Amino acid sequence: MSNVLIYTENFDGKFKKSTFEIASYGAEIATLLGGEAIALSVGNVAEDDLVQLGLYGVTKVLNFANEGYANLDNQAYASVVASAVEKENASVVIFSGSTIAKAVAPRVSVKLKAGMVYAATGLPKNLSPFTVPKKVFHGKAFADVVIKSEIKIISLAQNSYGVVENPCNVVVEPFDVPANAPFKTRVTNVEKTSGKVLLNDAEIIVSGGRGLKGPENWAPLEELADILGAATACSRPVSDEGWRPHSEHVGQTGKIVAPNLYFALGISGAIQHLAGVSSSKVIVAVNTDHEAPVFQAADYGIIGDVQKILPQLNEAFRKFKNEN
Amino acid sequence: MKILVCISNVPDTTTKIKLTGDQSAVDLANAQWIINPWDELALTRALELKEASAGKIDKVTVITVGDKNAEPTIRKALAIGADDAIRVDAAPADAFAVAYEVSEAAKAENFDIILCGIESSDYNGSAMGGMLSEFLGLPSVSSVSKLEIEGDQVKVNREIPGGNELVEPETPFVAIVQKGIAKEPRIPSMRGIMMARKKPLNVVAPAGATALTEFVAYQPPQPKAACKMIAAENVGELVELLHNEAKII
Repeated sequence: MSNVLIYTENFDGKFKKSTFEIASYGAEIATLLGGEAIALSVGNVAEDDLVQLGLYGVTKVLNFANEGYANLDNQAYASVVASAVEKENASVVIFSGSTIAKAVAPRVSVKLKAGMVYAATGLPKNLSPFTVPKKVFHGKAFADVVIKSEIKIISLAQNSYGVVENPCNVVVEPFDVPANAPFKTRVTNVEKTSGKVLLNDAEIIVSGGRGLKGPENWAPLEELADILGAATACSRPVSDEGWRPHSEHVGQTGKIVAPNLYFALGISGAIQHLAGVSSSKVIVAVNTDHEAPVFQAADYGIIGDVQKILPQLNEAFRKFKNEN
Repeated sequence: MKILVCISNVPDTTTKIKLTGDQSAVDLANAQWIINPWDELALTRALELKEASAGKIDKVTVITVGDKNAEPTIRKALAIGADDAIRVDAAPADAFAVAYEVSEAAKAENFDIILCGIESSDYNGSAMGGMLSEFLGLPSVSSVSKLEIEGDQVKVNREIPGGNELVEPETPFVAIVQKGIAKEPRIPSMRGIMMARKKPLNVVAPAGATALTEFVAYQPPQPKAACKMIAAENVGELVELLHNEAKII
């Protein structure tokens, strides 16, 4: 019993980098255990897309395309995952660090009496006892967690392992479960904002704080995001004031992000904000106060009024984009 | 109708995190303890719903798993406005054990809505609410940023990547809530603090859950290199550094 089951999420039928990251991660753990990396896909994903998982070390894909499961129901989805684990005799189950991990994985944990680590930051440090690293106190410390149960569930923090190519022969196998009782949750409406880069997918995030002085001053920040193909975000006071929607709030109580490049513009860098962005590869800060704590977390800093500096940044980045 | 709000007792989010000498634990001897921020928002929303229900919601109960040291925090939840409290007298070993203890303590009362914060600010587990719903065999909705009751129907907003879904769960159910569920957490009033002393705080014996995970060692984060400052009149240098030095654009 050393197979690894990887729960792959699709977004309107397509996989994203985060899916290939957990496929790579799960495949490496399978290698360490001497087992197979098996992916479970729930939803309507084309065969051409499913076989892409083979590029990252997956050897089998369970294709669960039952139309009754078009909408997420945590209870029903957890049953599907648990059945797949049992069918494949998996000893490790991998989820991404997304909202699905928070919604479904804990239920699978109880079903299978499998200990769970949310937002692991790397490969197991040890297989016996099975020890997984993770951040605690939002990055103010790291911890080693031992999972003591026979089956282990790990959700991987985004961008903490990377995508590793490892082409394998992959078979796609249809998968279904016996008909269940009707779902006890019903989705009655879906609203999606199209055309925007999503915070959790973004390689670059441009984030604004109180230094921008008011919601009417966001246009140059959005322009910078446009130029860089970045997502927009904000600090807590900005969303609390209603200048920007809560969904943009980045920080300890908002979203935890890990982009390649994070711009903190007019954000002083309260400890709670920094906790949410500390996994960014590079942080650029612009602030009038040279003692602002954000400069302790930043890699590059500019001291000055963000409203004056933003137009200059836009000009400089636009010039760079035109030349490169 | 009865609402249960699960409360985690956590160190204040501004606490400086120090490790013990042997790095086997976090040294929290001097920490201030608070209601986990998401749980505080959940409690606030529960009280708003009760007040707007014209008597239909007759009770908001709070529950925590912890030793006697957790009592000031649960007392604060009573001061904010919860009607009564349960403390399961056990160390909160891991999410699995806590969820099991809460499920056992909650079974007797048949709560209609159970609210849990989506994460705790200490060990960042994000698992307890989902586990609790599975132990109770109840439906759950996670990433809930809005919760309304219309007649007998509960309607919640679930945040999804790039949007929102309106979800109608059957009750009883577990809502795992995040930012947006309430605007600002309520602060206890003087009157609330006085009244909280007389409200029931029931201490129950643990059911004897077994933890499946154990935190065995800690490390401090890597120190960060000093920030490179760029003159405000020369932002072109930033672009240059991001391209050639950081190689990020």
